[in-house]
Amino acid sequence: MTHLELTVNGRRYREEVEPRLLLSDFLRHTLGLTGTHVGCEHGVCGACTVHVDGLATRSCLTLAVQVDGAEVETVEGLTRDGALTALQQAFHEHGALQCGFCTPGMLMAAADLLARGRPTREEIVDMLSGQICRCTGYEPIVRAIEQAAAS
Amino acid sequence: MMVAPIELEIGEAIGAPVERKEDHKLLVGQAQWVDNMRVPGMAYMAVVRSPYAHARITRVDVAPALAHADVVAAYSAADLQEEWAGSLPCAWLPTEDTKAPPHLPLAADKARYVGDGVAVVVASSRAAAEDAAELVEVEYEPLPAIVDPEAALAEGAPLVHDELGTNRCYTWRLDAGEVDALFDEAEVIVRGRFRQNRLIPTAIEPRAVLVQPLPANGEFTMWSTTQVPHIARVTLSGVLGIPEAKLRVIAPDVGGGFGSKLNVYAEEALALGLARRLGRAIKWTEGRSEGYLATIHGRDQWQEIELAANADGKISAVRARVVAAMGAYLQLVTPGIPLLGAWLYAGAYDVQGYSFECTGVFTHTTPTDAYRGAGRPEATYAIERAVDALAAKLGKDPVEVRRLNFIREFPNAIAAGLTIDSGDYDAGLDLALGTAGYKELRTEQAERRAKGDPKRLGIGLSTYVEMCGLAPSKILGAIRYSAGGWDTATIRCLPTGTVQVLTGVSPHGQGHETTWSQIAADLLGYDVDEIEVLHGDTAVVPLGMDTYGSRSLAVGGVALYFAAERIVAKARLIAAHKLGVEPSQVDYVRGRFTGPEDSIALKDIALAAWTAHDLPDGVEPGLEASFVYDPPNFSWPSGAHLAVVEVDTETGNVEVLRYIAVDDVGTVVNPLIVDGQIHGGIAQGIAQALFEEAVYDDDGNLLTGNMVSYLVPSAPDLPSYELDRTETPSPTNPLGVKGVGETGAIASPAAVINAVCDALAADGVTDIQMPATPERVWRALEEAKR
Repeated sequence: MTHLELTVNGRRYREEVEPRLLLSDFLRHTLGLTGTHVGCEHGVCGACTVHVDGLATRSCLTLAVQVDGAEVETVEGLTRDGALTALQQAFHEHGALQCGFCTPGMLMAAADLLARGRPTREEIVDMLSGQICRCTGYEPIVRAIEQAAAS
Repeated sequence: MMVAPIELEIGEAIGAPVERKEDHKLLVGQAQWVDNMRVPGMAYMAVVRSPYAHARITRVDVAPALAHADVVAAYSAADLQEEWAGSLPCAWLPTEDTKAPPHLPLAADKARYVGDGVAVVVASSRAAAEDAAELVEVEYEPLPAIVDPEAALAEGAPLVHDELGTNRCYTWRLDAGEVDALFDEAEVIVRGRFRQNRLIPTAIEPRAVLVQPLPANGEFTMWSTTQVPHIARVTLSGVLGIPEAKLRVIAPDVGGGFGSKLNVYAEEALALGLARRLGRAIKWTEGRSEGYLATIHGRDQWQEIELAANADGKISAVRARVVAAMGAYLQLVTPGIPLLGAWLYAGAYDVQGYSFECTGVFTHTTPTDAYRGAGRPEATYAIERAVDALAAKLGKDPVEVRRLNFIREFPNAIAAGLTIDSGDYDAGLDLALGTAGYKELRTEQAERRAKGDPKRLGIGLSTYVEMCGLAPSKILGAIRYSAGGWDTATIRCLPTGTVQVLTGVSPHGQGHETTWSQIAADLLGYDVDEIEVLHGDTAVVPLGMDTYGSRSLAVGGVALYFAAERIVAKARLIAAHKLGVEPSQVDYVRGRFTGPEDSIALKDIALAAWTAHDLPDGVEPGLEASFVYDPPNFSWPSGAHLAVVEVDTETGNVEVLRYIAVDDVGTVVNPLIVDGQIHGGIAQGIAQALFEEAVYDDDGNLLTGNMVSYLVPSAPDLPSYELDRTETPSPTNPLGVKGVGETGAIASPAAVINAVCDALAADGVTDIQMPATPERVWRALEEAKR
């Protein structure tokens, strides 16, 4: 077991973990932060996307021990005061989610993009090449991120 | 006491783009997925799967797995034999002589596809279970495999089930009219042969199951990522020999299904059997690559279609023949899936003769079953491609040939033998052509051709009709389906001003909570937020037939309407009593009863019914009503889809420039949700046309066994969608609804491939097999040059 100290959504954690434990499993099953989802376990679908030190990261391709000392943000951290962010609200208004399983990863990936400035539609679509949604056909997601970018 | 219902008026909540009630928890990460759940004493299951498509299993030794420190138990198929009271269910054997070989949760003598379960390990963690599964020693004697359904019918082909002596599962026929005579008289005959590529549904939430036993009472609670908790309870009680009343099945939040979770799987039975044997909770979560082997696939058919027509292009008869892969075993509705298209090979066209034949065939592959559209995308593809071929043969515009053949009278008893409820096919086509700017597109296409632009423009139509809203129980019985097609609703008006709606359908992303709230709010005069919709738990809603085949609204939603009628009928008796008048003197409009002098709200009646201090004689306390609705007909959405594509003749790349969809899904309850369903369906249909294909090698290895090699499209691969609607309410139900879950996936493959072939028509290309990858397009062009 390896000692791990990190911050998740602003809260400090100290845990003993197996070196092979994935960050996605650590978040979901060790910390109980089940808002992060695992869709493919091989880095394609993007459902597991979280922020590690501010960067969108596949938590299913990251070992928990790799984030020792890091600041991790998950979907649960987006709404600490209970109110939806402009991005989440835009997803709601545009019908950018149906089953919602890909949504936390979509939100975290989009939040990362929005943090870098105001993206064009092309940049949004390009970013979404790494996030698979099987329900919406993507158009409402693109529109939602565009709206959030404009706000 | 029984009271006569009064017809309810539809108001403003029905038809409004109400934002979804489901969204908030999904947006903040608080949804309840099966994989989130933990219960005390829970152990984890892993399945040992065959790496061979066809092999004799000569030895299974679980002892090395049992030696693992964290392992609780490990079993071969033989060890678990006595857990099973029956095979895994197949609810649809379409003919009397359909061959349904035994299908137990683990394979004992032979493995019949890569991924077939042969042993199972239980451990204290998922990782330990998966580690220990690799320790199980299985000896195989590999045998030749067969993966193509036509090749599997050939003399001498390796047999999937030796005892059957054949790979043919069944042949089902439908003949109507003087087909042969009509073909003899035909001035023109066109033939098409098409491949329906095998598809992997890929719901983004992998499957998972958790079973918690209560050994003292013989009770089991199963949480499963299922579309069909009620069907799972009925059938699994039979597989396990657990009394149905002792089994509770819960589908919590479910992350997409598209048919793949319309099934009852070996892992559910295993988790139940192990929970019973070990007396502790058992959990299993599928890995994605595991799921690509162990969760059903869709399509995998060869189709032949012939049209008989006169020189103008008027079609008189259709003959279709399908060879459909079943895979290695029959899952819940495997044999019936191609037959859901059996009535639709003449599409939206008026013909006199109709003949359809389907042969189901076992192959050494993952079983096929329902995938979005299930039989209807296949039928639509065949007829829409064939109509384009007819137009090409006659040198006519595909629009003209379609108009010449459209069904125009409704209800319409089609030659194939069912009755289309309503429609206006010209209106949809007019709208699609207008939105597209069809004439201008044809002009641009000609200009590009004239100047030798290597990027050809193609325009493709798909003017489809489909049948959904599954289904009238009598018809299901007649086609040998084992269950009914009804569904249920219960409305419970609580004394404090809110309402519980219980529905027997089981959503997994479609937004039923919002849609059902709109209907109940509208009919009963509540706010949408005052309605709470409960579903997907057999202890809360004991009766239901669940969600598939675009049935939820057309059956379950209509049940809700009739339950509301019963609420209003009972409340009117109490209202009249309160107002001191006869019930016939009381009018009801949206939540308020009005007598000659005074009025009273339904909400106040709910309180009065609960206190029961002053009810009319013979009226029971409480304000609750249920209805079980069995639809008198299928519902028949239709529409016109138009794809505009650009085909690069130098690279073979296809880009969908525009996609126009005009759909008639009957009355629309929530346009936001309906548009979402259409978007998603089109995306999956475009994916079938251009991107997705499950590929096996000759030895039965799945070459597209993960999301790297199986191309589920992402945003840059897909166009924006231009949506419009026509609305011919279904006359068979009081809401006028039809169903929308599958229309996009049904219509779009044909529209896209028609467009690709249209783009390359002048180059001599007449057909391209799906998916039309750059390589396939390029090869087709090269072949046409020869």
